Amino acid sequence: MAMVRRLRHTPRTLFEKIWDEHVIFEEPGQPTLFYIDLHLVHEVTSPQAFEGLRLAGRRVRRPDRTFAVMDHNVPTTDRSLPVADPIARQQMDTLAKNCQEFGIRLFDLHHPEQGIVHVVGPEQGLTQPGMTIVCGDSHTATHGAVGALAFGIGTSEVEHVLATQCLVQPKPKTMEVRFVGPRPFGVTAKDMILALIGQIGTSGATGYVIEYTGQAVRDLSMEERMTLCNMSIEAGARAGMVSPDEKTVEYLRGRPYAPKGEAFEAARQRWLAYATDPGARFDRVVEVDMSRIVPMVTWGTSPGMVTTIDGKVPDPDAIADPVEAQNVRYALRYMGLEPNTPMTEIPIDRVFIGSCTNSRLEDLERAARVVAGKKVHPRVKAMVVPGSGVVKRMAEARGLDKIFREAGFEWREPGCSMCLGMNADILQPGERCASTSNRNFEGRQGRGGRTHLVSPEMAAAAALYGHFVDVRELLPRP
Amino acid sequence: MEPLVRHRGVVAPLNRPNIDTDQIIPKQFLKRIERTGFGEFLFYDWRYGEDGKPNPEFVLNRPPYTQASILVTGPNFGCGSSREHAPWALMDFGIRVVIAASFADIFYQNCFKNGLLPLTLPQPEVDRIFQAIEQADPSTGLYLTVDVERLLVHDDRHQLEIPFALDPYLQETLLHGLDDIARTLKHEALIAAYEAQHGK
Ligand code: SF4
Repeated sequence: MAMVRRLRHTPRTLFEKIWDEHVIFEEPGQPTLFYIDLHLVHEVTSPQAFEGLRLAGRRVRRPDRTFAVMDHNVPTTDRSLPVADPIARQQMDTLAKNCQEFGIRLFDLHHPEQGIVHVVGPEQGLTQPGMTIVCGDSHTATHGAVGALAFGIGTSEVEHVLATQCLVQPKPKTMEVRFVGPRPFGVTAKDMILALIGQIGTSGATGYVIEYTGQAVRDLSMEERMTLCNMSIEAGARAGMVSPDEKTVEYLRGRPYAPKGEAFEAARQRWLAYATDPGARFDRVVEVDMSRIVPMVTWGTSPGMVTTIDGKVPDPDAIADPVEAQNVRYALRYMGLEPNTPMTEIPIDRVFIGSCTNSRLEDLERAARVVAGKKVHPRVKAMVVPGSGVVKRMAEARGLDKIFREAGFEWREPGCSMCLGMNADILQPGERCASTSNRNFEGRQGRGGRTHLVSPEMAAAAALYGHFVDVRELLPRP
Repeated sequence: MEPLVRHRGVVAPLNRPNIDTDQIIPKQFLKRIERTGFGEFLFYDWRYGEDGKPNPEFVLNRPPYTQASILVTGPNFGCGSSREHAPWALMDFGIRVVIAASFADIFYQNCFKNGLLPLTLPQPEVDRIFQAIEQADPSTGLYLTVDVERLLVHDDRHQLEIPFALDPYLQETLLHGLDDIARTLKHEALIAAYEAQHGK
């Protein structure tokens, strides 16, 4: 009894509480079998998984815990027209057929609440604290912002979860990323995560689940926490999460799939109890000094190749490590950049505001504030792709679409769009884009395209000036 | 997944080292929405000429190898990209066993997820199989039996008898046709109990 009491009082992290609660079977030296509360499915990584089920004569174990949405290759232009790309159309038709056959809820192309899977989940209240959530997409970590354990899986694992509602994986280690100090003026969640990746590198958190802590994280809105968690994968982490608090609870109140009435009050107590206990230990702790963060811009072909807006393109000749210098040289060649160019002198051809990192209402509001009453630079082609139908309608109700349109932005239908360029929204070879998405790999936004990752307000500012500018100079000082 | 206990079939020789997954299944054929149907495109660039007609020289286009279900090949088979389409294409063509002195890591793992046996033998044993194929009647080819239970490869007259090694976990996977899903489903009672206990 004494033993039990002592164990119960051992302080635990958010991750440990969720993990412990979901273990079904564990054997020393073997991966753990654990339960999945919510499985999100989209059109690109699921067809072979469903086909595998059919070939083996298996069913979807819990269609009620499975939720599908079309997002990766949907067109963002007029939806009353037929989908032009036959492969995209086939993948969408296949998802629709699979969902019908196996009884899975689907937000299809024409559903008013369709959107990017990682925007839709939290927005609908499907994503809740204490849950285990998976999706065949690596940015599933976004859902960790509400205090869930959420991560991406491969096609074989998608099939495994469909058939068993479980997953087999080794237990990851835990990392606390503590943002120390208050948030400086003009710094966004995107700048915080880019600064972290710049500090620890793109494999700095490999094998870990990150929990973001510190007053600066507590001060973030829920949507900002989603931006922060979203790019955990770019730091190499399995997942990123934030302990639930009253902000989390209030965010979920009234959402379509959140509990209602008394059930909500009961859930509230349960949710708050998942928060990391004082004194709980992490396997590793990393501190990020908030006072050193300013608006960030990537200059290379990996999210870790990042600097501050007042910085310069690095000079490979000044780098001692020959391998590192070579990497920088390759990246600069692909990006078409000269060493030591000030970031503010890099010209921009395209601007993309969207993706599961930065396409929520607050992102669009902050970008619109920069844009209001101004015009997009004549050389620049700029577009806004809202994260979901809900975001789009809320933004339109606030007149944001007008602000963007009058400035010369295109205002599109929701989807992944130019984040990965699986639909028609792609860069032409050599075009340079200020993008609010999460990956700047070679060819990510189209063959030969050059991507610079920034926050929505930085992207908006670049659209107006045709080059990067320090957005702090445009924002009203507090 | 279909169990693989004992398999007898014609062995096709493809004596090249370092055959990568792009050669096994070129990337222009990855856009399908099924796992099946890739067999047609297996070794596409070798199997078909520029005009899209079958290349009569290529081993899998020549009888009796059009019916082959075992492939014997050079070392480091399956290197390159991690696409699971490579084992899918081999299986879809009808191959159940690939024999080589070594395999690329990810390809090796992917095979067991799909019930395909990548059988590792020392190079001299692999060479003995190539020789036996040359000496066999060209109209029938060489038939081998791969016995996963006894971990033995032999021909019909047992003139050729080669034992092989296999990780017991992977052996069990093949013998019982256990994919990861089948393994997990063995814990069905635990999963159901968990759902009941947690109100899920
Ligand atoms: S927006 Fe980009 S990163 Fe997010 S789910 Fe879509 S493709 Fe993946």
